[in-house]
Amino acid sequence: MEEKLKNLLLDASQALSSATDLDQLNDIRVRYLGKKGILTGVLRGMGALSAEERPRIGQLANEVREKLEDVLNSRTYKIKNRVKEARLEQEKIDVTLPGTAFMTGSRHPLAVIQEEMEDIFLWMGYAIEVGPEIELDYYNFEALNFPAEHPARDMQDSFFTAPGVLLRTHTSPVQVRTMERTNPALPVRIIAPGRVYRRDDDATHSPMFNQVEGLVIDKRVTFGDLKGTLRVFAEKMFGPETRTRFRPSFFPFTEPSAEMDISCTTCGGKGCRVCSHTGWLEILGCGMIHPRVLEAGGYNPEEVTGFAFGMGVERIAMLKYSLDDMRLLFDNDLRFLAQF
Amino acid sequence: MRVSYNWLREFVDLGGISPYELADRLTMLGLAAEGIEEPGKGIEKVYTGKILQIEAHPNADKLVICRVVTVGGEEVQIVTGATNVTEGDVVPVAVVGAKLAGGLAIKKAKLRGIESRGMLCSGQELGLDPSTMPADQAHGIMILAADTPLGVDVKPLIGLDDVVLELELTPNRGDCLSILGVAREVAAILGKPLQMPPTEPLETVPGGEEPVRVDIEEPELCRRYVARLLINVQAGPSPAWMQHRLRAVGVRPISNVVDVTNYVMMELGQPLHAFDYHKLQDGHIIVRRAVEDEIIISLDNVARKLNPEMLVITDPSGPVAVAGVMGGLDSEVTEITGAVLLESAYFNPVSIRRTARDLALHSESSSRFEHGIDITGCQRAADRAARLLAEMGAAQVVDLVVDNYAAPVVEKTILLRPDRVRHVLDVDLTPAEITGLLASLHFEVQEDANGLMVTVPGHRPDIAIEEDLIEEVARLHGYGRIPDTLPTGVMTSGSLPGTHLLARQVRSFLSRGGFYEVVTYSFHSPRVFDRLGVPDDNPLRQTVNLQNPLSEEQSVMRTQLYPGLLDVLQRNSNRRNRDAAIFEMGRVFFPTTGKSLPKEVTVLAAAVTGRTPGGWNSRSVDMDFYFLKGALGVLLADAGVENVTYKPEANVPGFHPGRVATIYSGEQKLGIIGELHPDAQDAYDLKQRVTVFELNFDLLAVAAGRPMVYQPLPKFPGVERDLALLARIDVPASSLLEVIYHEGGSILRDVRLFDVYQGEQVAEGYRSIAFSLQFQSDDRTLTDEEVSGKVALITVALEKELGATLRD
Ligand SMILES: [Zn+2]
Repeated sequence: MEEKLKNLLLDASQALSSATDLDQLNDIRVRYLGKKGILTGVLRGMGALSAEERPRIGQLANEVREKLEDVLNSRTYKIKNRVKEARLEQEKIDVTLPGTAFMTGSRHPLAVIQEEMEDIFLWMGYAIEVGPEIELDYYNFEALNFPAEHPARDMQDSFFTAPGVLLRTHTSPVQVRTMERTNPALPVRIIAPGRVYRRDDDATHSPMFNQVEGLVIDKRVTFGDLKGTLRVFAEKMFGPETRTRFRPSFFPFTEPSAEMDISCTTCGGKGCRVCSHTGWLEILGCGMIHPRVLEAGGYNPEEVTGFAFGMGVERIAMLKYSLDDMRLLFDNDLRFLAQF
Repeated sequence: MRVSYNWLREFVDLGGISPYELADRLTMLGLAAEGIEEPGKGIEKVYTGKILQIEAHPNADKLVICRVVTVGGEEVQIVTGATNVTEGDVVPVAVVGAKLAGGLAIKKAKLRGIESRGMLCSGQELGLDPSTMPADQAHGIMILAADTPLGVDVKPLIGLDDVVLELELTPNRGDCLSILGVAREVAAILGKPLQMPPTEPLETVPGGEEPVRVDIEEPELCRRYVARLLINVQAGPSPAWMQHRLRAVGVRPISNVVDVTNYVMMELGQPLHAFDYHKLQDGHIIVRRAVEDEIIISLDNVARKLNPEMLVITDPSGPVAVAGVMGGLDSEVTEITGAVLLESAYFNPVSIRRTARDLALHSESSSRFEHGIDITGCQRAADRAARLLAEMGAAQVVDLVVDNYAAPVVEKTILLRPDRVRHVLDVDLTPAEITGLLASLHFEVQEDANGLMVTVPGHRPDIAIEEDLIEEVARLHGYGRIPDTLPTGVMTSGSLPGTHLLARQVRSFLSRGGFYEVVTYSFHSPRVFDRLGVPDDNPLRQTVNLQNPLSEEQSVMRTQLYPGLLDVLQRNSNRRNRDAAIFEMGRVFFPTTGKSLPKEVTVLAAAVTGRTPGGWNSRSVDMDFYFLKGALGVLLADAGVENVTYKPEANVPGFHPGRVATIYSGEQKLGIIGELHPDAQDAYDLKQRVTVFELNFDLLAVAAGRPMVYQPLPKFPGVERDLALLARIDVPASSLLEVIYHEGGSILRDVRLFDVYQGEQVAEGYRSIAFSLQFQSDDRTLTDEEVSGKVALITVALEKELGATLRD
């Protein structure tokens, strides 16, 4: 009996270790350990044993069963592992092949820059306003203190659609339109982005372009506030290392007026071709709102002051992206647009 | 405005300030220096020399051999091809080792076998602009005055030791269109006195023989007219120094009288005109408006037709000049002129501007009058010119000055409150400091109880109000010294209008979904409507037109946005970018009646053509009607637009009659989607089919953004049933859907169309359409019977109402 059990353990162990797949393992388990298996058959002969021998043999038979089950388990685990590894090996792919084609598109560079500009002023608490692109001479010029027949109008050669009606030459008309609506409320802090038009067409001028206008009115707004606000804008737009300088200039609707330069974005101020070796780039016009403009908007210039500024989106986009021809922005070549 | 550094130096002591530093200081003062020219830079070892002898070249007809005495008294032999030199001429000589403009280096050379040790120079070789050279010297060797010392550096003699600053002036600073004006600013920032040039004529001769009379009939247009007579005029060239100065500021020397008038204009900013006195009838000047259709032959020998809007200078027989704009040919100063009447007047800026524009005659003179000159300086300028002519021996000055100035201007006095200066600028300047700054620019300041009473000098007509003075204070104090601060006061939250936010959302959606955003012009050609086949009476042709377009191609404000997209597709197709999905958001414009401004509508348009990018593991698909409709559907859903339906249209200009639909949200029409008509496709020279949509974004924004309310997730399992139908092809899918939803009732939650087939497997004129129906209840698990009952109802209704049967 004992001998039989030992042989059985030996035979079964051998069979298990030579099995190569899960089916064979299962066959072996059924053959030796199944209800009708060899071990059961051997144990049926227990009745013939003496009472002293029975527990010993019984224990031995249990040990054999346990041992076989251990072998079986470890064998199953090994084979499963090998099968899994074989599958993983077989499933290897070329990870360097391109990914599944996806449609790609992009925002227009002018839209990207304009949104960036809008966001900087939104953070600073400004509201966004809009106005008509076809505008009355009154809002475009007269209310902004451009006298009729003044040389200042030469700077802004206009397209007319009817007598006294023109394509706005700047976003500044939104200033007076906004004031007419808000007065006498304070403070006013707005920007007005939009398309503007001038009769000009060459590598540095387009008959249509985009501006962002700004307007701030309150009881005590100073020229220093104008400088500080626009410095914050320049640092956010062009990076914290950007320096600004303000030069006297002239706009009929501001007094005092200024032009803001930033340190050259290409050379950092040392002087290069982009900045004509001056180290500075002209970026926007600004100033304290002219008293006549405040009056046109219904505010009393003795009680409030304000500042205004206006800048070209194209100019800033060209600097940010190192573009040298403005016409690229309106050509809409997909190979160009795909870069943004 | 071109400013000569040497000329400026006569007005103000520039000390050790280099032209470059000066340019910086002027820029920060508001007179932007856009460029610095150093005409003599790089020119070395060019000396004056005298041609002693000229001999024929033995081997060349076009060359001659000159013996020239030059630096150190040395005689050198120079071979030249010049034809305008004669023995005895003093000329610029570049000796061996010299460098000329453009870097040309002079070496010892043999020309056709004859040694040449240098070169005789033309003005151009010395860097002078031929257009500012006397006509006879523009291209030949430069001939210097006979008494020029020999062997000296030629550069200072011909103005090449000067530096020219190019100032870009703002329109308010007409006063700086003169050396004097710029000098005044420079003196102010340097704290140096301004030295005025002498004006009083050294000696005068008594008049009386020749009458001079000036009558102003239009005092509004001519507030002052100074006339000064010069006799015994000797016409000839002006002195070299004057020619160099004029050349430096960009004026071509012509003759002594003309040069002096130009010189004084450049120096003092006062345009002058010189008449041949004997051509003026009775020496009688009448300033009046032109008579309708009156003709004058102007200096450039063109007959100009005048009108009463224009001011003319006349004598009793007719016009002799268009005031401030151009002189007449008949009264022009010539070589035989014996007496000159100098005009130094003040003309109305607006009148001059209109006249110059209407006659298309813009000159240095008209531009100065337009900007407003110093009315107090008229006589000073006439005197200065007279003195200069007398000094150069070109004329004698008659002691009579006619100054018709009936209503002298009253000096402007403006109250400047030091508190206001501090308030606006946020700088702490005392009244004394403010006074000092303004006084440096020749403003007279008197302090009284209210503040500072500031009297504006005549040369600053741009200063009208207190703020103008504040700018002067800020400018002189320095913008850079004003501290950078941020506005204080009530806080405001930034805000984006709702439509702006939605615009950002849909533009972002489209660009992330594979569309490229484009920006096209708001105006286009009127021919666009012909290309699209828009009938003549269609309202789309009612456009807002530009009265003064740059070209016909840009003459009509757009009423639709997509034609601009077609241009973009066409341009890209020419560059082999054949597959494209693009969009633009912008405004379109419609004429209005009874309103002052046209109507502006914001529109969103997209266009697709070609195929999506395929890959090695994915199929590319056609970007066709259904592709674009799919994108549009998600866009509208994303924007929160509900109840979207598509209604087939047959007759939309520009569109394929079988492939176009209007887009609705409920009852509101939002826009159109469709494939381009083949004729339009041809007209735009597009090789592939194009599908576009165009939406009224303003209406879309109204339909969008209904507040989003959460729907609870289903608690009970749903049941899905497929329904494969056979229907006539003219039954639209939307009709089938309508019946299905109607019969399905509240437990039918969603229907998805997942297959459409038309072909061999189904009868001709029919197609099979398959739907997947999702049934769901919020309060119970649906039974099979309940759902089957609904499906049976649906099936019956489909057959009864639309003749659609179940497919076996
Ligand atoms: Zn630079």
